[in-house]
Amino acid sequence: MSKWLLRFTALGYLTALLLVPVGFVFYRAFSDGFMHAWDAVSSGRAVHALELTLLLTAITVPVNTIVGIILALALVRGRFPGRGLLNAVVDLPLALSPVVVGLALYLLYGRGGWLGGLAEHGIRVLFAVPGMVLATMFVSLPFVVREVVPVLREIGTDQEQAAETLGAAPFQVFRRITLPAIRWAVAYGVVLTTARCIGEFGAVSIVSGRIEGKTETLPIYVQSQYAFDFNTSGAYAASVVLALIAITTVVLLRVFQPKEH
Amino acid sequence: MGIAVVDVTKSFGDFSALSNVSVAIPEGSLTALLGPSGSGKSTLLRVIAGLEPPDSGQVLIGDEDVTDRPARARGVGMVFQHYAAFKHMTVYDNVAFGLTIRKRPRKEISRRVHELLELVQLEGLAKRYPSQLSGGQRQRMALARALAVEPSVLLLDEPFGALDARVRKELRAWLRRLHEEVHVTTIIVTHDQEEAMEVAGQIVVLNDGRVEQVGSPRELYEQPANEFVMSFVGPVNRLGDTFVRPHDVELLLEPDAGCSEAMVERVVHLGFEVRAELVRDDGQHLLAQLTQEQAQLLELERGQIVYVRPSRETVFSAAAKPPGLPRSA
Repeated sequence: MSKWLLRFTALGYLTALLLVPVGFVFYRAFSDGFMHAWDAVSSGRAVHALELTLLLTAITVPVNTIVGIILALALVRGRFPGRGLLNAVVDLPLALSPVVVGLALYLLYGRGGWLGGLAEHGIRVLFAVPGMVLATMFVSLPFVVREVVPVLREIGTDQEQAAETLGAAPFQVFRRITLPAIRWAVAYGVVLTTARCIGEFGAVSIVSGRIEGKTETLPIYVQSQYAFDFNTSGAYAASVVLALIAITTVVLLRVFQPKEH
Repeated sequence: MGIAVVDVTKSFGDFSALSNVSVAIPEGSLTALLGPSGSGKSTLLRVIAGLEPPDSGQVLIGDEDVTDRPARARGVGMVFQHYAAFKHMTVYDNVAFGLTIRKRPRKEISRRVHELLELVQLEGLAKRYPSQLSGGQRQRMALARALAVEPSVLLLDEPFGALDARVRKELRAWLRRLHEEVHVTTIIVTHDQEEAMEVAGQIVVLNDGRVEQVGSPRELYEQPANEFVMSFVGPVNRLGDTFVRPHDVELLLEPDAGCSEAMVERVVHLGFEVRAELVRDDGQHLLAQLTQEQAQLLELERGQIVYVRPSRETVFSAAAKPPGLPRSA
């Protein structure tokens, strides 16, 4: 009995909180007909927004995956002063509102900021792709680190030391022993990072300047359609694209993940 | 190859794991590092392996000073207490690892791996994963993996510690036979004196990061250098300043010269061996070890009064007392 109650509560909660709103988006996207929805997502502006979102993701995910693995190794295996501080700083993007991240970058690279002089040398950071990449990297940094750290702790150093005594150099130990052991944690971290990159709004919105057809990402496009252009079904249609990308990443992981995990 | 550890000191923060340890391990020997936990025996093994750099001192393998050499270049094979099996690799790939790293030809690797799997009696399990093996099988696989690279030194860190008693006993006997076949200089770390005595030709007793005594199992048992070694390598009764092994406690039914009265508190039958727990009239507790036959002749039972006499006792001079041990135990 209590088992059923538990299931019912969990499913009910998920349905009310997640499935109904998302389902409603799908429903409303096509309420003015499929063609209207198609036009909304196939316009030059929408396609550019999608391309820009994918570009940000394609740059950020590999960088944050590599940096994330290095940070996780440093946090678990490293013995250096300031490790506790590093551990706390890695979580900062999770705790900090993305709007604050955006503002921080704005102040740093904007006119009068410490790095504001870059613009005079022809390096545009704000209102351009580099700033958006920085913002996306910042907010999506913790995911790979947080997935990999507990797995590294759990596997310990025995296997790595055994490989070392068998003649493996440090990089060989990493490639043949450590990396295979953490690969599913990395994969899960990559999925979460990807989802965050595609969905990021707050920080990117501030540093991008929201220039139509130039620095407009898909989430920004959705909000513009809804709030400024009063094209609700267009906004819903673009939302559906975002949701489909998210669902695909999660499903792909489930398909490839071995049963025992 | 022989190993020499010269004046090695190692601390972890405030904890001194090894202080001025010097040990010589003869070529081809099977040596046990024996001591209680925290005695520094595992640290010493890891210093020899190159997994732990000593604060000072040297490690020589053969005639070469390897102190500054990384573990991968020392030619050692190591087996860990919890197997350290490469979980994502098959048994075959585990054993082949060292040879693959050395980029040996595939045919040679295959021949060598199958040879080794036969040696450790795991033929037919080459395609299994470590998770599909029992503890004893995993440890034999780890041993084959360590032997694959033809190490000049084989280092075993409590290799049977995680196994159940029966498998442990089997593997000990098996390790001795293996050592007779392979003849590689081997060091085994253990906290179990019975294991050390059963397996090793030479035992190094460690306590508090210091070497207490080095000798054959028989030397340690019959001529312990101090009370720590005496009480660590076998059960012992302490009577004031003298020490008596339980099998050197003579039990008589009638009082005789040099005897004292004692009451039988408990009789434990262990098959051939019978243990009697006694308490003397001065309150001193004693353990006596008898054969079943002797126990039957005495008709030992609880509450009975007997007369005890040590047939052989050991007294250590004050100088032989190890600094780490309290004066009265």
